[in-house]
Order: sequence, then C-alpha cells, then structure tokens
Amino acid sequence: MRLNLWKYASPQSFYPVAGKLSPWFLGLAAVLAAIGLYIGFFVAPTDFQQGESYRIIFLHVPAAWMSMFIYLVMAFWCAIGLALNTRLSFMMALALAPTGAMFTFIALWSGALWGKPTWGTWWVWDARLTSELILLFLYIGFLSLHAAIDDVRRADRAAALLALVGAVNVPIIYFSVQWWSTLHQGASVSLTRAPSMAATMLVGMLIMSLAAWMYAIAISLLRLRNIVLERESDADWVRELGKAAA
Amino acid sequence: MMVLGLAPVLAAVVRRDLTLALRRRSDVLTTLFFFVIVVSLFPLGVGVQSAVLRSIAPGVVWVAALLASMLALVRLFASDFDDGTLEQGALSPQPLVLLVAAKVFAHWLVSGLPLVLVAPLLGMQFDLPVDALGVMTLALLLGTPCLSLIGAIGAALTLGVRGAGGLLAVLVLPLYIPVLIFGAGAVSATVSGMSASGQLSLLGAFLLIALVLGPWASAAALRIALE
Repeated sequence: MRLNLWKYASPQSFYPVAGKLSPWFLGLAAVLAAIGLYIGFFVAPTDFQQGESYRIIFLHVPAAWMSMFIYLVMAFWCAIGLALNTRLSFMMALALAPTGAMFTFIALWSGALWGKPTWGTWWVWDARLTSELILLFLYIGFLSLHAAIDDVRRADRAAALLALVGAVNVPIIYFSVQWWSTLHQGASVSLTRAPSMAATMLVGMLIMSLAAWMYAIAISLLRLRNIVLERESDADWVRELGKAAA
Repeated sequence: MMVLGLAPVLAAVVRRDLTLALRRRSDVLTTLFFFVIVVSLFPLGVGVQSAVLRSIAPGVVWVAALLASMLALVRLFASDFDDGTLEQGALSPQPLVLLVAAKVFAHWLVSGLPLVLVAPLLGMQFDLPVDALGVMTLALLLGTPCLSLIGAIGAALTLGVRGAGGLLAVLVLPLYIPVLIFGAGAVSATVSGMSASGQLSLLGAFLLIALVLGPWASAAALRIALE
C-alpha cells in the first residue's frame, strides 16, 4: 500500500492531522526548552568577559536563526502555492508569517538587551542587526499586503509573489548591508570573531534552537487550523464539525 | 489579422504614456517639487555648516529620490487599471511583460529623469565638489530606473487596494535599500577622495537584474490583480 501524501494537500484532510500533530510538537518544545534553559542557567559556565549577561544568547541566537529559516520556509510554500495552485500552501505561508515576525522581533529586542551591558549601546548599525531589521520590514510588508486585500485568493497570490521577490532580494540586501557597514564602521565592535565557545554553551544553544523550531511548527499548525476553519466555514465538513462539537 | 512587432508596440505604449503625462503636467511637476522641497528641508533642520552639509548630501538626495519615486508609483498602473486599458493590454497578443516594460520606461522618463537632471543643482546647494556632482548624476541615472522597475512590482501588487499609498511604501522601501546604499555610497566615496567605480558597477548590475526580473514579476502581479 502506498501512502498518498497528495491527499493531505487538501485543507479538509490536513485539518485533523494538524490537530493531532501540534500537541506533540508543543510538548517537544516544552521539554526541549526546559532542558535548554536548565543548561543555559545552571550548567553553562559564566563567561569571563561578559559575565552573566551573555546568557541571553540562549534565546537570542535561536530566535535569529528561526527568523531567517521561517522566511525561507514561507517563501518555499509561496512558490509551491503559485506553481501548483494549492490552497493549503498559501494558508501554510500565512500561518508561518506571524511566528517569523515574532522571532525577528525577539532577536532584535534581546540583542538590544544584550548590547547595552556588553557594547554600552542598545543599537549598532552593524550588518547583522540592520539586515535583521530589514527582515522584520519584509515580514510586515507580507502581512500588511495580505491584510489589505479583501479577496482571499488574490491576497494569497499577491503576498506570495511579494515573499518571492523578497527572497530574491534577501541575499542582495544582506551583502549590500555587509559592505556598507564595513565601510561605515566607526566604533569598533567586532562581531565576526566570536570567542571560542564552551561546549555546554553550544549544546544549550542548539537545544534551545530545536525548542524554538518545534514551537514554531506547533504554533503554525494551530494557526493553520484556525485559517482553515475561517476560510472553509461554508463547507459541509466544517458545519458537521460544529454540530458534533455542539 | 496583423500582429504588431515588438518594437512598434514598445514605441506606441511609450508614446501614449508620455502624451498622457504631458496632458497632466502637474503630476510630473509635483514629483519634482516634492524632491526639491524634501532636499531643501534638511539644511533647515540640520544646520548650515558646509562640512555637515557635504557629508549628509549624498544620503539626503538619495532618500529624497527614493521617496519621490515612490510617490509617483501610485499612478503607474492606477488609471489604466480603472478604465480597463490594462485588461485589454493583458488580452492583447503581445506579451504583458513588454507592455509593463514600456510603461515603466515611460514612467521613468517623466518621474525619474527630471530628478536626475535637477540633482546637480541641489548638490551645489550642499556644497558638493564638481566631481561628486558628476558621480551623483551618473549614480542617479543608473539607480532611478532600478527604483522604477522594483517599484512597479509594488504598484502592481497594491492595485485597487485599500490605503495603497502607505502600503506601497511598506512593501517597496525595504527593497530599495541596496540601491540607496550604493547610490549614496558612490557619492560619499567621491567626496572623500576615493574612486566610486565599484559602487557604480554594482548599481549597473542591479539595473541589469531589475531589468531582467522586474517587468516579469510586475506582469505576474498584474495578472493576479486582473483575475
């Protein structure tokens, strides 16, 4: 017997699957976060240069990684949606975007909190900070374009195209900003030469990244379920769902 | 039925759009004056020491050019969309990409080129040396078509959408950043006595990429809007 994966491209058949999967991912995220935070707060040694303040990397680095990764995943679903015209792909992209924007915001915010004690300033116009800020703008553009168009079909496709244009632009923006900041770098803050990291710090960071990843999957699936219900509210199967619940 | 070749179609669309723009001259002039006024505000806000002016001039001129180009974008497809011309264009035997390219070129002629021509004058108000003025004009000549090409994608995506103007800014301005960096960078490099050839080459490269991918993406966006 062959498992027909295409079956799950329909919102109706993916809806219960998402419901079954999301608690598992959420549980995994909670367990991993507990382990990661324990390592981060109690096992990892105090940094001899930065003191305790470095511990924010256990949140900051996973958030920054996820912010970029989610944009790529979002662009991937947009491309699939535009190419194959599958409704679920667009819904997936829309479900991912707020989580991606949230991680981008966390990365920026926690970076500022770390920067103040370490560099003595909340914000530096460094290449990484600047491109992270631009990434936030791209997420906001995607979400506001989608919100501004009333026709869902058109909103999906227009926002998907924008996400793809953004994905083409991300490397160009990244390298432009990098070149620009090497030209402008007045105050010398070297981020590029990270001091060699203790193994426990690295392990803690990786576990926290996995936790963030699992959280992103769980929350996106839950959001996807809401989007499916909202859009398919006229369909028979959703009505029967309502009747069964009542 | 005779189907027109590509070059005559391009020429016809450009001529039509230029004629329309000349009949509504105030639109063209508004963009130009917006650019001049925004640039003139900075000395009033920042102060008039010529060293300060010289160092902020490249950024000020380029940011003003970005904003002015964006302001003009709202009109790029709007009237053709409202009266159905765009739909007819999409149904015509000629590729929509070509129509878009012609419209963007005409749009640049009336909204981008005037900025390029007036920019040296503004640069003189900011006490820029003569070689920097030349580089600035060249950089704007390479950069403003990029802005029109990238902006056309945003204009097509926001056609007939609520609050299109503000939305357009949110969509398009982040995509303008590379052009801003190297456009202003070219002028700054010249002011500080370095060669600007690297920045100008990169601007040229951006223009080529935008020329290849921009009209294609705009045409795809227009098809979404016309569905």
